[in-house]
Amino acid sequence: MNEFLLVIHRDLTSKDASPSPEQMQAAIKPFQDWIGGIAAQNKLVSPPTRWDAGGRVIKQNTVINDYDEAVEIAKGCPIIQWGAVVEVRMAVPTP
Amino acid sequence: MKEQELIPHLFRTEYRNIVSVLCYRFGIEHIEIAEDIVSDTFLSATELWSFKGLPGNPTAWLYTVAKNKTKNHLKRNTLFDQKISTEVRQTTSELIEMEIDLSRKNISDSRLAMMFTVCHPSISADSQIALALNLLCGFGIQEIADAFLTNKEVVYKRINRAKEKLKADQIQIVQPSVAHISSHLETVLKTIYLLFSEGYYSISTHTVLRQDVCEEAMRLNQMLIENPTTSTPSAKALQALMYFHASRFPARIADNGDAILYHDQDQSLWNRDLIAKGTLLLNGAATGSQLSRYHMEAGIAYWHTQKEDTAEKWEAILDLYNMLLILEYSPIAALNRTYALGKVRGKQVAIDEAEKLQLIDNSFYYSLLGSLYTDINSAKALENYQSALKFSSSAADQKTILKHICKLKELGPDLSIP
Repeated sequence: MNEFLLVIHRDLTSKDASPSPEQMQAAIKPFQDWIGGIAAQNKLVSPPTRWDAGGRVIKQNTVINDYDEAVEIAKGCPIIQWGAVVEVRMAVPTP
Repeated sequence: MKEQELIPHLFRTEYRNIVSVLCYRFGIEHIEIAEDIVSDTFLSATELWSFKGLPGNPTAWLYTVAKNKTKNHLKRNTLFDQKISTEVRQTTSELIEMEIDLSRKNISDSRLAMMFTVCHPSISADSQIALALNLLCGFGIQEIADAFLTNKEVVYKRINRAKEKLKADQIQIVQPSVAHISSHLETVLKTIYLLFSEGYYSISTHTVLRQDVCEEAMRLNQMLIENPTTSTPSAKALQALMYFHASRFPARIADNGDAILYHDQDQSLWNRDLIAKGTLLLNGAATGSQLSRYHMEAGIAYWHTQKEDTAEKWEAILDLYNMLLILEYSPIAALNRTYALGKVRGKQVAIDEAEKLQLIDNSFYYSLLGSLYTDINSAKALENYQSALKFSSSAADQKTILKHICKLKELGPDLSIP
């Protein structure tokens, strides 16, 4: 089974893109349910983590088999409705 | 207490104490000799007490006789002479003076050390449970077999295999130290929880024995909580979890031995005292940085001690299941989480999520779908309950599933049932 990294990008800089504190609060619960739902399918490799913002991509990935499924899971991310972008990347299997 | 009751009672409590002290003193490799000495002590007691009457202090009598038998054994045992006596002679000049410390403190230290040995990860879960019941809880082979609906030979083999393994791996019986507590305590807690679950969920109809198993599991964990080194938030959370489950013991089994499901239980039979104790412990467990699965499971069990269905209850349960699953996946947690999701967000949302689980050979998976489809799509509900029946191996579960099928049949008389 391939492992995928879902990167959630959210615009925090421009004025009108930021959700209100109420919206943020309202998003927490669906987000937890979404992660819980992935874990319930035994498909969660590791829990959500905050990453260093300065990372860079050094390798190009090719699309293989269960990318579609990972994308399908990513579509369920409730933050998308607040204007977030979810990036899906497959971990390159280590030899 | 009458003499006929006293000896089995003492056997249950003192056999394990003396065996633990002897093993702690001489090492796991001499476990059979230790057990022989203690059995022999009890045999002498039975013979002598029925003939001469009870001594003033039966426990002290047993300790003295066990000590003497041990000393006699040491004196004549050649293996001892070759292997251990040189070391012992260095510490005590006179062999006969060698102290076998049966003080309260040393008994409790020995049992704690034994607990860490018995729960060693090198032995299989089945064997750990059998060995724990035998050596730590003082259950006889026959009792263990009765509690788990298996035969004496199976239990005997499991115990012996485990002992051989402990000997072969030369597992030390030592006090848990702060240094290795984090790695070892987890396996000990896991064994205790397994032990409890075996008692709680076992299909054996021997209710009293099963309750004894659960009580012993709680007692073992209590020892951990009483020791400052092992009294971790996880240990407390586990104890709370067991108290919450145990609070329903009197309410969950009918007079004829049938299981009574949660919703049909008489709430007045729930043990409020245990629930209060569990709540206190769970609050006490809310320290430190480690959130264990026992915290989550105890939290869920706490909410189930509140029978009333409130939005708050199911929100909290769903949250806890989410966290539990992120920490550690298990099919049953995934199914329960989906049930909670249905309570919070409605059956249709839960059906969509449930169908993603694809636990296609799990009876509970179909039961969950059956319950979610009830009132939404009776044909689908029935179809799922029938699959549940097919995959179920427990008679009690089959009975419950059949009840649901009958109910659905009443609702939709045109549905054909094979």
